[in-house]
Amino acid sequence: MTTPLPDPEGAVPRDGAEAAVPRDGAETTAPRDGAETAAQRDGSKGAEGAVPGGGPPAERRLHPFTPFRRAWAPVAVIAGWAVHDPNQAQEQLTRLTTTALLVGLAVFVPGAALYGFLSWWFTHFAVTGTELRIRTGLLFRRTAHIRLDRLQAVDVTQPLLARVAGVAKLRLDVIGTDKKDELAYLGEGEARALRAELLARAAGFAPETAHEVGEAPVRRLLHVPPGVLAVSLVLTGATWGSLAAAVVVPPLLWFATHSVWTVLATGLPLLGAAGASSVGRFVGEYDWTVGESPDGLRIDHGLLDRTHETVPPGRVQTVRIVEPLLWRRLGWVRVELDVAGSSNSVLVPVAPREIAESVIAEVLPGVTVPSSLSRPPRRAGWCLPVWWRGYGLAVTDTVFAARHGLLRRSLSLVPHAKVQSVRLTQGPWKRLRRVADVHVDTGADKTVTARLRDAEEAARLLQSQADRSRTGRREALPDRWMA
Amino acid sequence: METGTTEIAGAEPVWTGLPPGLLRMRRLLLVVWLGLLTIAVGLLTGLLVAPVWAAFALLPLALMAWGWHMLGRNWRSWRYAERADDLLISRGVLWREETVVPYGRMQLVEVTSGPVERHFGLASVQLHTAAAATDACIPGLDPAEAERLRDRLTELGEARSAGL
Repeated sequence: MTTPLPDPEGAVPRDGAEAAVPRDGAETTAPRDGAETAAQRDGSKGAEGAVPGGGPPAERRLHPFTPFRRAWAPVAVIAGWAVHDPNQAQEQLTRLTTTALLVGLAVFVPGAALYGFLSWWFTHFAVTGTELRIRTGLLFRRTAHIRLDRLQAVDVTQPLLARVAGVAKLRLDVIGTDKKDELAYLGEGEARALRAELLARAAGFAPETAHEVGEAPVRRLLHVPPGVLAVSLVLTGATWGSLAAAVVVPPLLWFATHSVWTVLATGLPLLGAAGASSVGRFVGEYDWTVGESPDGLRIDHGLLDRTHETVPPGRVQTVRIVEPLLWRRLGWVRVELDVAGSSNSVLVPVAPREIAESVIAEVLPGVTVPSSLSRPPRRAGWCLPVWWRGYGLAVTDTVFAARHGLLRRSLSLVPHAKVQSVRLTQGPWKRLRRVADVHVDTGADKTVTARLRDAEEAARLLQSQADRSRTGRREALPDRWMA
Repeated sequence: METGTTEIAGAEPVWTGLPPGLLRMRRLLLVVWLGLLTIAVGLLTGLLVAPVWAAFALLPLALMAWGWHMLGRNWRSWRYAERADDLLISRGVLWREETVVPYGRMQLVEVTSGPVERHFGLASVQLHTAAAATDACIPGLDPAEAERLRDRLTELGEARSAGL
């Protein structure tokens, strides 16, 4: 007894042929996302009949480099085995004769090559007026239809090896897509052209012209210099914490156990974590550039692996301004964002506050970051001593802004139009002190909470926030932002 | 259908309570399970240890009385209101929670009914929005009312639809 609501605006099939696409799959694969699920899976060839107009859309294959992307996997398996059990590996290797090795290779290499070739040969993708269709699978066929008007973000990523080979990975983020729904790999130029075309179609350009629209011009908003990034990492507690753990814990373990394996087993992950939080973050956030284009927000970054993210206008659900304790003297902040169905989370790794706020004004049009926040009433100290001072709330006519944290301050902004539901909670101790929490739920599965507000204020806030979120949507951009 | 409708003057929403069926079901379940426990404790301690120890059977009995009272309080605390543009759900005695869901944000309306609930002629309505944290559920409704609510919410959701 389940009643799915019809899709919101823009979801009405535009041409008759669209209606032939099986819609049930979307509801069953990800019922939580409900009608917002855009990736429709049917795993059969039935969708072929849904092509608009006459002939089928031109199907394309991925770049011929694709079969080689998993070529390292068998090598890694053997290497892993050798590291895991060195004695036995050596024993096996010495027993191996040249002929056995040759026979093994003669069977294994063509087999792997055939598998790689076939999986590449049977993967097709096509861009239709409203969808990106990916058809894949040799034995188990799988067809994903990704609706372009439900697009939340587009990422073009290039791991180091892919950069050497001149190829790139293209991923469309819609709610409910999984890792299989990315196009890996495409030629570098092809990936850019396809991204431009998909964005043009998603923006609402006519299908005939979308091909020629080309890349939208980008206006650079912000660039993070490597020096600033390095200093910001040095001033981050997590970097030092993980480094200290990696330096202190293994010697302590050595004194306690005198076992090389224990030390290695704990020391290596700790060292890895320390590397990831310092060098890894530097490499990942190197050359961070934020740009603005008619297609939306452009975020490019990376030293070895390059990533180019595009977030179309109106897709950002929440923005967080994080201010670690040691950055406060320098006036630096970090800005994070949440987009539904997307793993992108950082907007600006480090920037002076004014510049970060100007970037936020571009991301959320018409939003000014509230400068003064109201603290909870003094009696909230009975519920949460000392730390109650860290909480704050400000509601402007465009955003709901809540701050938390005393040392590492974090201010979350939610545009009223993105609020899905509002909740008020109050426990017994809080009722005694006449305070309550107000939660605001957003579509990116993030909840922003204004904690320890005065009970009457919270009740008023609950009502007024529901009204604001309802009316806020009316002025919001349509899903097809250029139409 | 008996619903404890209370109307408050002014701009206050029109609250609807839950029908007594849910309370009856919960109390019956409580009495059955704790009744069995009382008998088991009483018999086991009385027969195996000493008759005096059978007094321990009073413990589940006290729990039953307390639970009886608490279930009533909890049941009375549940209420919902259909307003022009949003649905209000209020619940909880010690841990109070009030949820507002604008109709336009509803993605899915579900009516569910388990075997025990069906026997008592009850159904619950669950609302889903694009946010997983939205926990909007109205339990223990009369099936006819649950279906009316589902249809009305779907209709209103269609009219005010507004996605992400």
